[in-house]
Amino acid sequence: MNRIHVNSTINGDVTEFLCDPGASLLDVLRDTLHLTGSKEGCGSGDCGACTVELDGEMVCSCLVLAAEAEGRTVATIEGVAEGSVLHPVQQKFLEHAALQCGFCTPGFIVAAKSLLDRNPNPTETEVRYWLAGNLCRCTGYDKIVRAVMDAAAELRQERTAA
Amino acid sequence: MPSPAFHAPDTVEGVVALLSGDPTARPLGGGTDLIVQMRSGRIAPGAVVDLKRIAALSGVRREGDVFVIGAATRCTALKDNADLCAAWPGVVEAANLIGSVQVRNRATMAGNLCNASPAADSVPALVAAGATCVVAGPAGTREVAVQDIPVSPGKTSLASGEFVVEFRLPARGARAGDAYLRSIPRTEMDIAVVGVGANLDLDAEGTCTAARIALGAVAPTVVLVEAAGAALVGTKLDDGALSAMVEAVTAACAPIDDKRGTVAYRKAMAGVLAKRTVQIAAERAGAKA
Repeated sequence: MNRIHVNSTINGDVTEFLCDPGASLLDVLRDTLHLTGSKEGCGSGDCGACTVELDGEMVCSCLVLAAEAEGRTVATIEGVAEGSVLHPVQQKFLEHAALQCGFCTPGFIVAAKSLLDRNPNPTETEVRYWLAGNLCRCTGYDKIVRAVMDAAAELRQERTAA
Repeated sequence: MPSPAFHAPDTVEGVVALLSGDPTARPLGGGTDLIVQMRSGRIAPGAVVDLKRIAALSGVRREGDVFVIGAATRCTALKDNADLCAAWPGVVEAANLIGSVQVRNRATMAGNLCNASPAADSVPALVAAGATCVVAGPAGTREVAVQDIPVSPGKTSLASGEFVVEFRLPARGARAGDAYLRSIPRTEMDIAVVGVGANLDLDAEGTCTAARIALGAVAPTVVLVEAAGAALVGTKLDDGALSAMVEAVTAACAPIDDKRGTVAYRKAMAGVLAKRTVQIAAERAGAKA
């Protein structure tokens, strides 16, 4: 099987890779590019642990063929922090203990950031619906929702101050 | 999974040539059903043909009063078109009940239709709307009513080499409204136990002049219940007309018993949801006056 040559921008870096035509974007991120923050929970789009942004929209990277990423922009959990400075969503997950095993956390953080980039003042209901595609088997979701609401409040304050 | 060939042609003719050359080849819209089925081993296409590099296949455009929705348009993009949301809120809402935000950012109504699940959420809304789809194939293009595409669970009437290029939502009167409701045991991320799409036209006095009711998840395919629509035409949607409509809906249900719901529950819920859906469509039609 001929491998496909793909050019993408991943976390701001122009990136080239070779992939099997049937490989998922998640396969390439983890196994070829060694960006192992995105996780494979279900491989069928049900759990959201592999959530990344593709051209600015969050998707399950397990349900994207890597070859489809040609010319596209991909943003993964590895690009959320700025150097050693955590994004407010990450900081609030720590402060609220919004994780236990941590497997779902990268997907939740990418999804939550995607929401707050669009809607800086979501209601709790909006947060819960937006995150319905991310499964957590540890926390019962309450701490996650509180962390996201608190991160939203902090981001609004930062924007007001700026 | 075994690796298929991957193609991303930039013309409709290019897609038809690739699909015609390999009967196992599959068009790729959002991949939220196709890639899952490939990974589970349920299907093993020799080639996957991505539709998203054909500019005309992504997005919503107007041709006069007709809305044309490209086959590769993701469900969430429908919400960005204010005119479409105003004219066909039921269709837009139905497409945006599928899966999660992650899934809807990829999934397409054409994929929802051609996956041929009886529980597909966008299909009853499209059927109620009287939508057609343009199908391209080796013999050229043809326009087909949406309800004529699925023939049984997982099977469509598309011939070898054919694929859905776009949907066309017809022009409508000044006082018209549509709606879609589904019943699921939870509030998100589930498959319809029953789904109902309704589309109504009213005249200046509020009398119903046309009505289409379509049901999902209560038969091997989505069904258009003509008798249910007929029960509403000529009425002001009074209790008697609604009861006759519910009776026609219940009679048209031929559901299965499964873990999501029993036959009796599905039939009863179809009637309940049909009444609610018609009332929402009627409010929307009235609100436009």
